[in-house]
Amino acid sequence: MKKMMMSLVLLLCSANLIMAGGVKVGDKVSNIKLKNIDGKMYSLEEQKSAKGFIVIFTCNHCPFSVKYEDRIIALQNKYEKLGYPVVAINPNDVKRVPEDSFEEMIVRAREKQFNFPYLYDETQAVASRFGAARTPHVFILNKEKSGLMVKYIGAIDDNVESAKEVNSAYVENAMDEILAGKVVTQSATKAIGCTIKWKE
Amino acid sequence: MNEKLKADQNKRAKGAFERMMQSILMLMWGVLLCFVPKERDVAIYSFEQLEQRVLKSESDTLYVINFWATWCKPCVEELPELEAFNKEHEGSLVKTILVSLDFRSAYESKLLPFVEAKQLESEVLLLDAKDYNSWIEKVHKKWEGAIPATLIRNAKSGQSRFVDGTTTAIELNQLIKQIQ
Repeated sequence: MKKMMMSLVLLLCSANLIMAGGVKVGDKVSNIKLKNIDGKMYSLEEQKSAKGFIVIFTCNHCPFSVKYEDRIIALQNKYEKLGYPVVAINPNDVKRVPEDSFEEMIVRAREKQFNFPYLYDETQAVASRFGAARTPHVFILNKEKSGLMVKYIGAIDDNVESAKEVNSAYVENAMDEILAGKVVTQSATKAIGCTIKWKE
Repeated sequence: MNEKLKADQNKRAKGAFERMMQSILMLMWGVLLCFVPKERDVAIYSFEQLEQRVLKSESDTLYVINFWATWCKPCVEELPELEAFNKEHEGSLVKTILVSLDFRSAYESKLLPFVEAKQLESEVLLLDAKDYNSWIEKVHKKWEGAIPATLIRNAKSGQSRFVDGTTTAIELNQLIKQIQ
């Protein structure tokens, strides 16, 4: 009876967590499969050689996302060859922000010569499942025996205005610790950003 | 002799005319100044200053602190609601502050012209605190940093409410009633 009560409490607690939405550091996440700007479906599961992913919710219109474009390209240059490709996802509702349409994503990627997949989360299901709150918002995933584990959630670094004046490069620090097989010291950070434009 | 008198008279008349013109000019300036819109003051705060004034304050004031930026479209669209709320509570202990998160480098080029153009009546200040991760959670533990966001805090009781995303004057009035 006691056991049953305990499991009931646990069940209720986890139901609560699910309702609150979003993943936490240490959680296991299921696959992401979305349409890439090349028109093909991109699936994390199909990236057999990847050891993990730097998932970044971002978009075209947000000035903070724009400020970070070059730094996202640099992350892909540095970590893809080490097995951790960048996967950018635009979750914004096109009705609310026409600049964030699939067509405009293709245009922006061409202009900036994005070297990473730029996926369109049209139904917003992925952003909602992850609990993405703003753009840009990073989730570092690591492939482990038990599945894809969340290692870091937060900002790219601590200075949006100037890449030269960054004191703490959060994502790089976390990546370097993951690559060294260490525990990520600063596994969650917060930053100012644009709200995700949810469907109304 | 006669001629000297004439020249003197001329000089005096000229002096009187100049003085009259001067007073007219002064008057015109005075009138003009009345019509020049008042200069809007936008203070630059560190996070510690905002903390001292609002987040740690124990005064009788009920603060409504809106976090926004000129580059943030939903924030700009929401400003009329905050302005209406501010006007409604003018002269009371409810204090609205629009905390801009524009870059320090955009203070003269973007923020000041924007505040002037929109003729904002609420107090506006620029929060110059780039290391976001060090202070966002101190504003409210539920805040992930997306703007707009609004914190309502009764400084006397320490009670607070937080709106993540766009708000309205109606919603703000409902929320302040809960903690007044």
